[in-house]
Amino acid sequence: MKTFRIGGVHPHDNKIYSAHQPITECPLPEKAIIPLVQHIGAPAQPVVEKGQKVKVGELLAKAGGFVSANIHSPFSGTITKIDSTIDAWGMRMPAIFMDVEGNEWLETIDRTPDVIREFNLEPKEIIDRIAEAGIVGLGGACFPTQVKLMPPPGKKAEVLVVNGVECEPYLTCDHQLLLEHGEEIMIGIQLLMRALNIQKAVIGIEMNKPDAIARMQELAAKTLGVEVCPLKLKYPQGGEKQLIDACIGRQVPSGALPIEVGAVVDNVATIYAVYEAVQKHKPLISRVMTVTGKSLKKPGNYLVRFGTPLSQVVELAGGVPEDTGKIIGGGPMMGRAMTNIDMPANKRTSGLLFLPEAESRRVEPENCIRCGKCVSACPMGLEPYLLAKQAELQMWDEMEQHDVMDCIDCGCCLFTCPSHRPLLDYIRMGKAQVGGIIRARQAAQKK
Amino acid sequence: MDLILIALLVLGITGLVAALLLYGIAQKFKVEEDPRIDLVQEVLPGANCGGCGFAGCRALAEACVKATSLDGLLCPVGGAPTMEKVGAILGMEAVAADPKVAVVRCNGVCEARPRTSEYDGVRSCRIEHSLYVGETACPFGCLGCGDCVAACQFGALSMDPKTGLPVVDEEKCTACGKCVKACPRNIIELRKKGPKGRRMVVECVNKDKGAVARKACLNACIGCAKCQKECAFDAITVENNVAYIDPEKCRLCRKCEAVCPTGAIHAVNFPPRPAKPAESAAKPAATTVQNTPSNPNTPIEKPIEKKEEQA
Amino acid sequence: MNKLIVAPAPHVHSGDSVRRNMLLVIVALLPAYIMSVVAFGWGALITACISIAACVLFEWLIAKYILKTQPTIGDCSAILTGLLLAFNLPSNLPWWIVVIGALLAIGVGKMSFGGLGQNPFNPALVGRVFLLISFPVQMTTWPRPLSFAGSYVDAETGATPLAAMKQIVKNGQSDMVSQLPDLWDAFIGRMGGSLGEVCALALLVGGVFLICMRVITWHIPVSILATMALFACIGCPEGMTAGQYVAYTLLTGGAMLGAFFMATDYVTSPMTAWGKIIFGIGIGFIVMVIRTWGAYPEGMSFAILIMNAVTPLLNMYIRPKRFGEKKK
Repeated sequence: MKTFRIGGVHPHDNKIYSAHQPITECPLPEKAIIPLVQHIGAPAQPVVEKGQKVKVGELLAKAGGFVSANIHSPFSGTITKIDSTIDAWGMRMPAIFMDVEGNEWLETIDRTPDVIREFNLEPKEIIDRIAEAGIVGLGGACFPTQVKLMPPPGKKAEVLVVNGVECEPYLTCDHQLLLEHGEEIMIGIQLLMRALNIQKAVIGIEMNKPDAIARMQELAAKTLGVEVCPLKLKYPQGGEKQLIDACIGRQVPSGALPIEVGAVVDNVATIYAVYEAVQKHKPLISRVMTVTGKSLKKPGNYLVRFGTPLSQVVELAGGVPEDTGKIIGGGPMMGRAMTNIDMPANKRTSGLLFLPEAESRRVEPENCIRCGKCVSACPMGLEPYLLAKQAELQMWDEMEQHDVMDCIDCGCCLFTCPSHRPLLDYIRMGKAQVGGIIRARQAAQKK
Repeated sequence: MDLILIALLVLGITGLVAALLLYGIAQKFKVEEDPRIDLVQEVLPGANCGGCGFAGCRALAEACVKATSLDGLLCPVGGAPTMEKVGAILGMEAVAADPKVAVVRCNGVCEARPRTSEYDGVRSCRIEHSLYVGETACPFGCLGCGDCVAACQFGALSMDPKTGLPVVDEEKCTACGKCVKACPRNIIELRKKGPKGRRMVVECVNKDKGAVARKACLNACIGCAKCQKECAFDAITVENNVAYIDPEKCRLCRKCEAVCPTGAIHAVNFPPRPAKPAESAAKPAATTVQNTPSNPNTPIEKPIEKKEEQA
Repeated sequence: MNKLIVAPAPHVHSGDSVRRNMLLVIVALLPAYIMSVVAFGWGALITACISIAACVLFEWLIAKYILKTQPTIGDCSAILTGLLLAFNLPSNLPWWIVVIGALLAIGVGKMSFGGLGQNPFNPALVGRVFLLISFPVQMTTWPRPLSFAGSYVDAETGATPLAAMKQIVKNGQSDMVSQLPDLWDAFIGRMGGSLGEVCALALLVGGVFLICMRVITWHIPVSILATMALFACIGCPEGMTAGQYVAYTLLTGGAMLGAFFMATDYVTSPMTAWGKIIFGIGIGFIVMVIRTWGAYPEGMSFAILIMNAVTPLLNMYIRPKRFGEKKK
């Protein structure tokens, strides 16, 4: 059984609460707020006006740059205003507000459940449709997918690595998607292989999902060039660099993108969106998200249209449990703790996790006992104890020398620290500082 | 006896040879420097705080010696007296500069700014700021983790546990600017100390529209521009929904303070006003106590939301 | 519902703690301690109790009244230091010497540097080496095991196998070979020596337990023992076979105790895998140099302390292999 070579930890996966819960569609809200920043890069530019009536799937906002993505209307109704709203962290973000009326779709979208297998498109056409549909990486980074499909000159893609790992504890949406829509995902993989003009794809799935591995192996047997790679359970296997290392044994050098070793990584949810966009002409307007927690009444996997208030999804799952101390957007290792659940669902929300108050608080940190557990846990081969100390003392140059920019924010160091030291808090702060210094230096060099 | 003599001789000669060697080497590798640099450095405070913009006191001393005039070179810690001494050494005129002091531009005390969440990470403003809006709903206000207190080398800052805000000890503050750099929200400003330390300050930097700002904090500046209209000297500008008093133009008439509906404008170091029944009821404490916004629950007579459009 | 708690990710923890690690090491030391009580009787029991009590007391007093910080005896590190110190003492040591050792271990070895995590040297060994230099007679008067007669001070005493080995190696007295205990006796602890170091079997069990529980990694013990074995192979004296000499080298003295429990102390050993291996090789080499040519029959304490001093350098220069790093 394969896995990545450096570091890693074994958090309790806690997937039992929502695993194998069929994907349930969330009812439409009455009012919706559609954020214009649902991706990495520049905000999308609205192309609709106040008072305009739109149908499901209509373009609301155009990509605001090369690394940006289109946003389509998830609902039919009237645009009430274009203003800013407050996200779950109290920050402003531009958004389109709409009143939902009925459920009227654009005629071009194929809403039948039939699986469309045939395709006869040129790579360019596939990439155009993906860009048009506003697809971003649904694994969490929200990097526009079409950008990944166009390797820079001189680089050639060789392998498509499909991320079905879902290494974050608690989350099960990708697992359920593999079980329910395996066939569509397989077609999506072939579409991407065609777009990249490659003959090989590897699907990485961790062995805590044996049914998904069996299902995909069965489908892969019928498909040329696609193989399933069962992986040993280890966090953060879903990290791009770790996954490439685990599946095809190549390590992406420091500071480089996966294309450097000929790999393109896409999440299964993204690939399902690719299938829907290319074969069904359906833009990215919804995603499957896991709503889970130990004391939640009905944890499960819900199909949510972007713009639906998260509180509505939570109602569907049985309401906010009494003992909640922390609500996390995403998984417990890399997700962000939220201050409220009034925020609308968007392309980034892969899950909603309710932690009981008893598990929410950090333990008081003690002295570092220099056990070196963070060093052996770091999947990037860094020295977290040292970086954290340097950040605390604001030694930015030293941090850069010790490769702080390689840090992937996975949280293994803090997870494993017996002294409960807030290593990653400091490292993340230092990384932001060092990143700023490096950018300033590069800008100065250009001049 | 011989033994002692030999031991003494050997030790003495070894010591002498080593001393001679050291002296010779020290002379040979001596770095020639302007002796005035040492003299200047001696009169500087020696805190190496970097408040002057140079890497430390020695670097400032070098710059002073090299410079043709002392214009623009100022040790904020020592202030004018120190620069006069430096000028005397170098035979130049010290350029007088107004003494400054650090001012915390946030008066979101605990009662006025309710907590909406509980922060459980490292007690560091910088980290909390990068994570989210903070424990209160105000995305501009003080986070209260005390990065500025940690940055101050002169012990001039301390956290007031009652208000959750930092307090500047004006006696100790040297206006070196370390706290200004440490604050991730740019709340602290170096302002002219003013005659007898008196000055008018808008203690809020919230750029949100009035209604939003008010919702987050009762003491927020809502950008209503009443103070701007009241000011006879054009000292107040309202930009991005927040007022700013230009210390150069302000004549300390205190009219703006009286009209401010939220109590965001504070008059610092003024003697208490003669007790007039109507006014003293409105703002008794803020006039006497410097810097500590101690009067959060100032009653506000009427809603002010209508005015916000003007800003 | 109360106010929501917000903190940076990650939001879950492995549940590991300093206390857990310390307790596991103490548990791992128990088999060896039980064997030592069986071998040395009351002496082992009393020495260990005094040592632990003194260490905990001194830590509490120093933290509370000198450093004026919250005492951290709850993390059990003082108990472990006390136990390890006792393991390194002869079981018939007068009680006041044990207390002095504990004071040195905790006061000088640990708290003077700022408490747990800050000390450059293994505290228990600082205490032990101080006693060894200050009270050489008492510290090298080893009671013979299984001599339960009488009280612990008057117990029959005798030389350790290492002292015999020293004579064989250094002076070429191959007739001393007959003085050595049976190999099996050495393995199960029927020989003279410090309180905790005699039973190699029990120490081995404890060490393997620690590795299985992931409290320590294999790097340090394996590299120490391998280096010692290799050295013994090459430098085998006359009158013994290489196998015999290797076996005696590893089974006698503080080899097992040092390799599994003393050298692996978190605070004073390097962080990275390669750092640990170099650290272990260094210890193994220095031990054998002291055993072969030095004045003392045993050099484990000195070797570990010397390499403790090298640890910061190893941490600085031996970096872990970065992800995606090209081989040079």
